[in-house]
Amino acid sequence: MSALSVVTSTARGPSWRRSRRGTQSHPLWFLVPALAILVVFFFVPTLFNFVYAFTDWSSFKSQINFAGADNFVQLLSNGSLLADLRITLVYAVLVALFQNLFGLILALVLERDTRVNRFARAAFFVPVVMSALAVGYIFQALLKPQGLLNGALSAISGQHVTTAWLGDTTWTIVVVAVIHAWKWMGLSMLIYLAGLKTISEDVIEAARIDGAGWWGTFRSIRWPLLAPAITFNVATALLGSMNGFDVVQATTQGGPGGTTELLNIFVFRTFGQGLFAQATTMSLMLFLMVAVLAFPVIRILRKREEVL
Amino acid sequence: MNVTTSALRRRRVRPVQPIAAILLVIVLLGVPFAMVIITAGKTQGEALTPNLSLPSSWHFIQNFARVFDEGRILPAFFGSILIMVPSVAIVLILGSMASWILARRKTRGVSFIYALAISGIVLPPAVVTIVLLLRQLGLAGTAIGMICVYAGMYMSTVIFFVTGFIRTIPPELEEAARIDGASPFRVFTRVILPLLSPTLATATILICLYIWNDVFYALFVVGGRLDTLPLNLYQVASSGLYLQNWNLIFAYIILMSLPLLITFVVLQRKIISGITSGAVK
Repeated sequence: MSALSVVTSTARGPSWRRSRRGTQSHPLWFLVPALAILVVFFFVPTLFNFVYAFTDWSSFKSQINFAGADNFVQLLSNGSLLADLRITLVYAVLVALFQNLFGLILALVLERDTRVNRFARAAFFVPVVMSALAVGYIFQALLKPQGLLNGALSAISGQHVTTAWLGDTTWTIVVVAVIHAWKWMGLSMLIYLAGLKTISEDVIEAARIDGAGWWGTFRSIRWPLLAPAITFNVATALLGSMNGFDVVQATTQGGPGGTTELLNIFVFRTFGQGLFAQATTMSLMLFLMVAVLAFPVIRILRKREEVL
Repeated sequence: MNVTTSALRRRRVRPVQPIAAILLVIVLLGVPFAMVIITAGKTQGEALTPNLSLPSSWHFIQNFARVFDEGRILPAFFGSILIMVPSVAIVLILGSMASWILARRKTRGVSFIYALAISGIVLPPAVVTIVLLLRQLGLAGTAIGMICVYAGMYMSTVIFFVTGFIRTIPPELEEAARIDGASPFRVFTRVILPLLSPTLATATILICLYIWNDVFYALFVVGGRLDTLPLNLYQVASSGLYLQNWNLIFAYIILMSLPLLITFVVLQRKIISGITSGAVK
């Protein structure tokens, strides 16, 4: 403890007295319980990931032996490693795109403070409060070949539409991303609304007097000033949906043909089969992907804020 | 000048915008939710393909009764409460204590600990090895194990929110109490903690939302051992192997969503302002 105060006294010089008092008035033991929980239940399992991914841990063996890179080789050679990484990344990008598009449109439509808009904003927050699993089941029913959506499309087009929305090996990943975005768009909307509120009426009024139309004021004034809201929304949607599970499990369970198999779906499935080491390996891949992407994503978005 | 132009604009916009807003609500929310409510009142035969056609007779009571019976919704409700309340209490209390130190001490070591502590906001928890760890600790499949896992997962969120907030509180407020001879513990509980209530309220809402609705981590840690609302919904929905019993699934969804929905409706304004204030700065 005295070593710490020595460090500050040399670094800060004049504030020596203050920092010495600081050690007594803000005791370090206040940190201990929270850090203990973080270390034991967050960091230790994460370190375990790096260890058990290199073993043959499974429910079929009583002992756990070192297995080198066997799990990685196996997951690479059967193609699931790269396929699931790619699917997870595509899913995350699509979710970030749709969630922000829907959220921004809702915010722009519901911007003014009227009674109807206040009701609509609250209504769009309902899916955010609901369980993602429940949302998944609702959409599974809506998107059945004889479901409501196809019924509505048939009525509009006059033809009998029987699209299998959740059974297409190319497009179902887009559909499940839209469902995920539907669940969270109310949150993005709220954050965009808060961002729009920070823009002063005078600036927009001035632009309008200069002859700028709705699109002109949006593009040159409101869009750039929304940058902090965009940073927050894109980063949380992108990084959050990489850890996605519920919506996909409730709608496709990774199918058809594994084309919506997110990393977490694989982890859950192989864990259920007792292949713990393979599940751990995929869990480690998810950790590495998020860790590698998190810092550049946040930095790029922050930099964009500064430029504007 | 300003008044007249905005008044003109308002008159021009008025008829179109509310109609657009109402249409959006009906198409994007009204249709799915109407389907859920109508189907929850049907018999299994009528509910095979959920749609908006009204049932020949309403079966809400029978379906809700079956959900209570087969879906074990009451044990699930209390299981969810049993896990959520202690988890939230632990992260709020211990997280605030740590945040106070992390916000006030400015050494390099402390800022390193802070960076490490908030990294859990983006990094995904190691869900498989956490089960192994819980087995070694003898906590596998127990409520205590689940509480510890949630506490470890959401501690970062609390520390991030609260540390940011404490930095905006002037240190002079503590100084006065300290000169009167108050111990650090008293300064924290009497001066700092009361000031934190708006941030803690926001953090509570967010974390309750996550824990109440979580099924992924619950499946790994307590799946098959304990009842929670999402776990039992998963069971109800997975049990009909060939034909899904949509009437029961949707009856379950209505009942399990009610507690959070009612809370949201009652505290609407606070929740919305709390969540938005943290995000945009």
